[in-house]
Amino acid sequence: MIHWHSFSDFIAMGGYGLYVWGSFGTTALLMTIEPILVIRNRKSTLSRLKRQLRAESRTTAE
Amino acid sequence: MNDRFNLYRFASPATFYPLAGRMIPWFAAAAVLFGLAGLYLGMLVAPTDFQQGEGYRIIFIHVPTSWMSMFIYLVMAFWAAIGLAFNTRLSGMMAQALAPTGALMAFLSLWTGALWGKPMWGAWWVWDARLTSELILLFLYIGYMALVAAIDDPRRADKAGGVLLLVGVVNVPIIYFSVKWWNTLHQGSSVNLTKSSMAETMLWGMLLMALSFWMYSIAVALTRARTLMLERERHTDWVKAELAETQR
Repeated sequence: MIHWHSFSDFIAMGGYGLYVWGSFGTTALLMTIEPILVIRNRKSTLSRLKRQLRAESRTTAE
Repeated sequence: MNDRFNLYRFASPATFYPLAGRMIPWFAAAAVLFGLAGLYLGMLVAPTDFQQGEGYRIIFIHVPTSWMSMFIYLVMAFWAAIGLAFNTRLSGMMAQALAPTGALMAFLSLWTGALWGKPMWGAWWVWDARLTSELILLFLYIGYMALVAAIDDPRRADKAGGVLLLVGVVNVPIIYFSVKWWNTLHQGSSVNLTKSSMAETMLWGMLLMALSFWMYSIAVALTRARTLMLERERHTDWVKAELAETQR
């Protein structure tokens, strides 16, 4: 079923290695970075909102 | 009327927020599974193309990202229309949450297209109808994000952004039909409802990759939408309860 004869065949991509792996590599990189940024943004927003909420309830309690 | 089946209920951020939170892990898992299956078929099983050799394998990224770049824009325009017509709170947040992912897909479509164009056409870029209209799509995404970020009042930002999205939507059919309307260097579509010009494993690999990117986009956009909901509705009781409850 597997189309390739060897691992180096697979890497070479019939001479198109640079173009194929350039496409897949960039896509994999960006599709890893985006979720990391989104989750980081979520965490920082959550902690900022919690801080604000605590500050607010403190001032209303006084 | 049974409230459980009332879809309008989910138009409110307070009910949509927990629902989206429960769905995100499933979309993320589906994205990984479809992606692995698509990569297996596309990169390991699918045969060599008789014209383009192994270089054609860029199709497994290029076509899904191109489809998603157009589809995400249509979904954003849909939300913009709903938002402008009914003044719903959620619509603007949904459009905003989708924009960066749409821009990413448009960029990857152009990037992989350049890497495919160089060995096959001998040029990274040509000012051809398909490529130029896809570049305009990327600029529409960037323009929308810049416009929304520049206006402080979120409701006004949504309105202005919504108008931009609706005006720009004419570009999507132009991209899609450009290979038919103009004489272009870009090849026509490889997938057809009646007959396909591709081998079965190639076709399935591509469709699985497209499904994976679809699920990825939903998971990422919903996560972003949930953050936006908290931010924008921070003075409401449900957000205060949510913030008091979660330690995440």
